[in-house]
Amino acid sequence: MRHAAIEYTHDEHQPRGLARWLFTTNHKDIGILYMLFGLTFFVVGGLFAELIRAQLFQPGQHILAPEAYNQVITLHGLVMVFAALMPVTAGFANYLIPMMIGASDMALPRLNNWGFWLLPVAAVVLVLPFFLKMLGIGNGPIDTGWTIYAPLSVQSGLGVDFAIFAVFLLGASSLLASINIIVTVKNMRAPGMTMMKMPLFVWSWLMTSLLLIAVFPALIAGAAMLLTDRHFGTHFFSAAGGGDPVLWQHLFWFFGHPEVYILLFPTAGIMSQILPTFARKPIYGYRAQVYSYWAIAALSVVVWAHHMFTSGMPVGGQLYFMYSTMAISVPLAVLFFCWLGTIWRGAMTFETPMLFALGYITLFGIGGLTGLVLADAVADQQYHNSYFLVAHFHYALFGGPIMGVIAAAYYWLPKITGHMYNERAGKWHFWLTMIGFNTTFMAQFFLGAAGMPRRIPDYALQFTDLNMVSSAGAFVLGAAQLLLLYNVIVAWRGHGRPASDRVWEAAQGLEFTLPSPPPYHSFTDQPVIS
Amino acid sequence: MTTSTSARHHYYVPKPSPYPVLLCLSLLLLATGLGLRVNGIGAGRWLIGAGALPLLYVLFGWFGSIIAESRAGLYHRWEDRSFRLGMMWFIVSEVVLFATFFGVLFYERSLSVPWLAGLDPHFSPWPGFAGGWPTAGPAGKAFEVISPWGIPALNTVLLLSSGATVTWAHWGLRRDHRQQLISGLVLTVLLGVVFLALQAQEFHHAYTELGLTLGSGVYGATFFMLTGLHGFHVTLGVVMLTVILWRSVKGDFNRDHHFGFEAVSWYWHFVDVVWLMLFVFVYWM
Repeated sequence: MRHAAIEYTHDEHQPRGLARWLFTTNHKDIGILYMLFGLTFFVVGGLFAELIRAQLFQPGQHILAPEAYNQVITLHGLVMVFAALMPVTAGFANYLIPMMIGASDMALPRLNNWGFWLLPVAAVVLVLPFFLKMLGIGNGPIDTGWTIYAPLSVQSGLGVDFAIFAVFLLGASSLLASINIIVTVKNMRAPGMTMMKMPLFVWSWLMTSLLLIAVFPALIAGAAMLLTDRHFGTHFFSAAGGGDPVLWQHLFWFFGHPEVYILLFPTAGIMSQILPTFARKPIYGYRAQVYSYWAIAALSVVVWAHHMFTSGMPVGGQLYFMYSTMAISVPLAVLFFCWLGTIWRGAMTFETPMLFALGYITLFGIGGLTGLVLADAVADQQYHNSYFLVAHFHYALFGGPIMGVIAAAYYWLPKITGHMYNERAGKWHFWLTMIGFNTTFMAQFFLGAAGMPRRIPDYALQFTDLNMVSSAGAFVLGAAQLLLLYNVIVAWRGHGRPASDRVWEAAQGLEFTLPSPPPYHSFTDQPVIS
Repeated sequence: MTTSTSARHHYYVPKPSPYPVLLCLSLLLLATGLGLRVNGIGAGRWLIGAGALPLLYVLFGWFGSIIAESRAGLYHRWEDRSFRLGMMWFIVSEVVLFATFFGVLFYERSLSVPWLAGLDPHFSPWPGFAGGWPTAGPAGKAFEVISPWGIPALNTVLLLSSGATVTWAHWGLRRDHRQQLISGLVLTVLLGVVFLALQAQEFHHAYTELGLTLGSGVYGATFFMLTGLHGFHVTLGVVMLTVILWRSVKGDFNRDHHFGFEAVSWYWHFVDVVWLMLFVFVYWM
């Protein structure tokens, strides 16, 4: 950062201070804004999670009133998906893609700025009802669960309206970022950087962007219909006028299932940057991974109703959604084998990014395998809406994407700041995260199998022991993340030793040919790739 | 990996701009205002007004700075390609938006209404519910549907003609016939305005005389959402065409350099195609 700031003052046209960050058209500035925003809301969403686990520590707790509990679980989900994970991955995309493909900046810099600043606006709109309630307006933020199912969402209070407007703003933000990334990848690559020479991280974000454009408008349309159902007398989701509440579920999951891959893809790309570096081997199966991305993306938009097996569906529909869902495990397994092939017999070292990458493979593997259980339409009748489901998707979303972005943070932090983080603190962070995470969520597999339903603020006595274990794990997991904040500060403030240009002995890619930190404008003159 | 530096000219990266973040401020006020307004809270109205003012300022300022950059010759073939790709993918996202509403129409019409009709009459939404299309409103409140062969057919002719006139204007531009460009655009804007006027008249007729409203069961809901969203897009298209007309009169655009014109004409053709789908699936079949 310091180096970048000095560069900056040489450029007389640039505003400084707050105006720099508000008006910036620079991809690195915008990338850093995205990452800091995501990190902030990772803390906020994490505090919501700790509240949930405190409430569930033992039966009969009254830390949160039932209404407040519903609001907290809803905000935990929405914040973690839309305000923490997506912004962080978009931040890496903004910061890294132009450097990785040898471009001067993103293709549409002003839209890039707009796409970021929509996010804080959406976050404010989402939580505003909390403050309105203090003024005596409404009953607080949205409380329907992050899936916003009708008819509850048609009947619930004004928090839903604000969430709908937040969805519009988030959708605009995601679409702008996606269009910008597609155009950048198509139009800004350095001469000789063919599509099949692009780093897999760039490929993974191209697929993410295509998926966002293919599905986010469906959620925007659904939210618009929800708004008219609530206030303008339509009956899209109400049988009283010939509509159907299950239609909302179709619209939501047509977006919601690909959303899982929207969160996952960027970190799958991150894996294929990190694993070769620390195994000191080239990527195994580059082409196979690109083709797997395409296969996963294509399948992900035609399997959504496996989230709805218990909502009522003809048998033909159940069979179709079961088999198509299971088919996704084939290209996903190809990715796993490519990652394992990459590290197979490599000269591995285990710096913190590598530890988190290996943790990703392990935990996301568990998430994927338990997903097969839920994809079975018959077994799902038992497991749906139980804690088994909660454990599954936390293994898939924390074990996958969050482990992935933490690995990426450690991997590129020295490149971005010019200083190393504290390796010992990084290793502690990894092991405490692994212990805390598995304690929290492994216990929930057993709770779900024993029949504990999700989304309740209290539970029957026989679930007490495992809930205590789970909560204890969650407190360790939450506390461990303070080490991440510590390490970000260590690198940011320049307390660590200076990083070399290459940072890691075997790191590959154009971004590692630049100084650490890279200059404010990196490739004004494009390199030629041979 | 890298051997040398490319001799390509530098891609134009714009200077820092205050407009995007101002637009976000405006959207914050608008979203908050609308959120309060739909819940009947009076302060909402003022917030919407306060949000609309910076919106106008941003529209003039942002587009103004782009036009100024274009006139200053800062955009070349390379930047132009970014704009084209960007507009293309924006239209793709709009296609998904409309496809979703059409999907909802087909779902309600072919699945949810027949399913409801197949239930025990005891669970019918209202007495005498038969499950046909169009459905009557809740509690069986009767309404009439709009005949496709009156205003809707006329509107189809109008919009198709406007697609032709905008293409004719484009031909004029390609051959540097500025007069043809301007008359083509004037005709297109006029056809768009007449379309909107007729559409407004049709909505008024539906509400006041036919009893067809947003609340007329899923028929009314899908009818007004699809045609209303399309009408909103036509309105935007007319505004954009007017800006392009104004720029043409000012002497902007030449045969090789007219992305702004083309983007708007793509958008206009897209809106045209959506109307054809509407005419077939909403009005006619």
